Amino acid sequence: MKIMVAVKRVIDYAVKIRVKADKSGVETQNVKMSMNPFCEIALEEALRIKEAGLASEVVAVTMGPKQSIDTLRTGLAMGADRGIHVEATGDLFPLAVAKLFKALVEIEKPGLIILGKQAIDNDCNQTGQMVAGLLGWPQGTFASKVVLDKEKQEVMVDREVDGGLETLCLNLPAVITTDLRLNQPRYATLPNIMKAKSKPVKKYTPEELNVATNSDLEVVEVTEPPKRKAGVLVSSVDELIDKLKNEAHVI
Amino acid sequence: MNRLVSFRSKSRIGTTPCSSSFYARLLGSSIDASRTRSTANASDSLATVSRCSSLVPARTLTGSSLFGSRNGSSARLSNLTGHGGSQGVARRFCSDAAAERESMEYDVVIVGAGPAGLSAAIRLKQLCGEKGVDLSVCVVEKGAEVGAHIISGNVFEPRALDELLPEWEKEEAPISVSVSSDKFWFLTKDRAFSLPSPFDNKNNYVISLSQLVRWMGSKAEEYGVEIYPGFAASEILCDDNGSVIGIGTNDMGVAKNGSKKENFQRGVALKGRVTLFAEGCRGSLSEKIIKKYHLREKRNAQHQTYALGIKEVWEIDESKHQPGAVIHTLGWPLDQKTYGGSFLYHMSERQVAIGLVVALNYKNPYLSPYEEFQKLKHHPAIKPILEDGTVIQYGARTLNEGGIQSVPYPVFPGGAIIGCSAGFLNVPKIKGTHTAMKSGMLAAEAAFGTLLEGSNLDSYWTTLQNSWVWEELHKARNYRPAFDHGFIPGMAISAVEHYLFRGKSPFTLKHGKPDHEATNVARSHSPIEYPKPDGVLSFDVPTSLHRSNTNHDHDQPAHLKLRDPEMPTQVNLPEYDGPESRYCPARVYEYVPEESGQLKLQINAQNCLHCKACDIKDPKQNIEWTVPEGGGGPGYSVM
Repeated sequence: MKIMVAVKRVIDYAVKIRVKADKSGVETQNVKMSMNPFCEIALEEALRIKEAGLASEVVAVTMGPKQSIDTLRTGLAMGADRGIHVEATGDLFPLAVAKLFKALVEIEKPGLIILGKQAIDNDCNQTGQMVAGLLGWPQGTFASKVVLDKEKQEVMVDREVDGGLETLCLNLPAVITTDLRLNQPRYATLPNIMKAKSKPVKKYTPEELNVATNSDLEVVEVTEPPKRKAGVLVSSVDELIDKLKNEAHVI
Repeated sequence: MNRLVSFRSKSRIGTTPCSSSFYARLLGSSIDASRTRSTANASDSLATVSRCSSLVPARTLTGSSLFGSRNGSSARLSNLTGHGGSQGVARRFCSDAAAERESMEYDVVIVGAGPAGLSAAIRLKQLCGEKGVDLSVCVVEKGAEVGAHIISGNVFEPRALDELLPEWEKEEAPISVSVSSDKFWFLTKDRAFSLPSPFDNKNNYVISLSQLVRWMGSKAEEYGVEIYPGFAASEILCDDNGSVIGIGTNDMGVAKNGSKKENFQRGVALKGRVTLFAEGCRGSLSEKIIKKYHLREKRNAQHQTYALGIKEVWEIDESKHQPGAVIHTLGWPLDQKTYGGSFLYHMSERQVAIGLVVALNYKNPYLSPYEEFQKLKHHPAIKPILEDGTVIQYGARTLNEGGIQSVPYPVFPGGAIIGCSAGFLNVPKIKGTHTAMKSGMLAAEAAFGTLLEGSNLDSYWTTLQNSWVWEELHKARNYRPAFDHGFIPGMAISAVEHYLFRGKSPFTLKHGKPDHEATNVARSHSPIEYPKPDGVLSFDVPTSLHRSNTNHDHDQPAHLKLRDPEMPTQVNLPEYDGPESRYCPARVYEYVPEESGQLKLQINAQNCLHCKACDIKDPKQNIEWTVPEGGGGPGYSVM
């Protein structure tokens, strides 16, 4: 069985984000980029499934500009067997990504797709669900535990939901999106980084896959959240009530 | 160039997203919940990972034996099953290539992808091309990316780059802003007095060294150099004769208590026929090498002296921006007994670099170089430039001030030390990049000769002394030590050096006490009241630290080690009032009260900027800076 894993190149989580002066987006020039943390967890899970002998191949997929290939190489260094890079400039919204995924699935025919639950740049939390919807596959999102049964062609997924944990049993092929507590991703070792250089990467463009990536959504403006105002010391309960009533308008 | 920059970040995975600090941040809960899941899958994967690819085939040059060409006799490598049979001293200093550790072999291993390391790597490959041979060159770098740990003023003298990569302009090196003006001010609290500039920056450029090093990294890769960011060289590997045969990288995935985490990864042994150490100022392994082989004694060098530089890059108002404008200041906020000064350089794209450099032989234990820097920004001559601007990045690093008097003998059995790890910074010029690069190039040439022709690596020392590096440093040698006698004598002697002797003075001044011994006890000084940060020009440490993009996986052993764990509460606190809580620009060291009310030293290793100030300035040299897991530390991109 083949597993496809989606990996996304995002601004590294430790970097201090700055909004561009023209408010069209965030500053990405000279800024450190890394693999989305949830994508790393997704890839780790796929690698563990393969190492348990339940899958034959792990294919890492990324979509984005030329530089996204670096994220793919990271994935290959972690242990993915092959990479696919859909080269697309401009903003790719989740629906476009999901459509591209569907086109790739028709080519690759994987038995399982694993994605991170969301990307830390746009926090959309939509792509996995849309992929499942377009393919008509069952989905197990916010996975905190994944157990594959090859014989029965099923996968049991523990989901982190608001009320606690929910366990679903999905028939394969299925889509899983990973949550934080699923696993701790491995480090890429030096020898693996070297080996990753020679692992094959296939390139596609949206046109080749017959997918239109134009979106109904447009980013109008990006602004920084308002600066936190300093607290005010009040001298009496009356003053507090007065402020709550007349300034904060909460009572 | 961008592609290669982010390509490098691949090797950092595992240190950030899976790090427990990340977990804790997102969940606000302890990481233990996530770590107790050890499934069958996990242990299988661990086993597979450590089992995979046993020894990578050796890459020795055909026909030449390891070490044979160098000292005329073949030195036996301790075999990889970890048995050494070496003397007790050698074993304590260097480790045997331990049993389960994978090993990779190269002709040259370079520790540090900075100006010196990359210049050496590029030069080696150039020589290979010229002579039609090939040498495998590996550069290992503790930062998450090439350039992530690079911070410097920087007014760049292109002399060495012109020699190394003369086509740098055509190849779009990030060097575009020529120095347009060169001012020198003496500051008092309220005024700035213009003095004749002692610098000659006519053909120099204002650059971001981090950006230049990233570009050099991509050039090196084009030449076929293998660069591995995210891997920290933590051990020196030796053979039975005590010759250095390479380095070992850090184990990754070790928990704070020393146990192995789920994603534990044993470090790798990188073996080189020649190993070059280019770790920058106060390199942790370089310091060990210098001690072990008595490299300072070997040429009667003095101890090294240092300064701490704290820097910010601001984006300022267009109307105030003058690309290429260079300002240096002396005087306020530092007093007459403290050597140092500030710099303000206008870069491209409305960015200015501003920083304060404070010599670490300051006497007052209550001095906080960070707070002095915050004060500086409020000076009436500086404030208008920064007003309405925003800080983009913050960082700090120590730098060498010892000059020629402190350079150790830079060659040892198995390799050499290049760049600031040896200490070639020209103090009166305040430039060290060009000399670091040249030293790397000279070492590369010597190494090439050693590997291919069997010549002695000591030729590096000879060529160094015959080069413009030595000539420059020789002329510059008396300026800094002159200030050990005080500000006025310092200026007087400097004037005499500059105008009268013009570098040909018949004497060589010596340095005073080592920096850590210069600190007076707390009772001979009183605490300094520093103004509160206003959040516009001046900031508190946590705010600044956030701008350095620093992070380390929090669940790892603290990399700052106390030789005597009782000393902070027994000596540092009572005698010196805990100076480490003031000179550290990252607030790693804090004295916090325990339940009993007693103050105890808390080490926030996660904040560390890798500046090495603590390793240098701790009065009893009790703090040892060792390298944390690779990929951590600051994330400089425009510094």
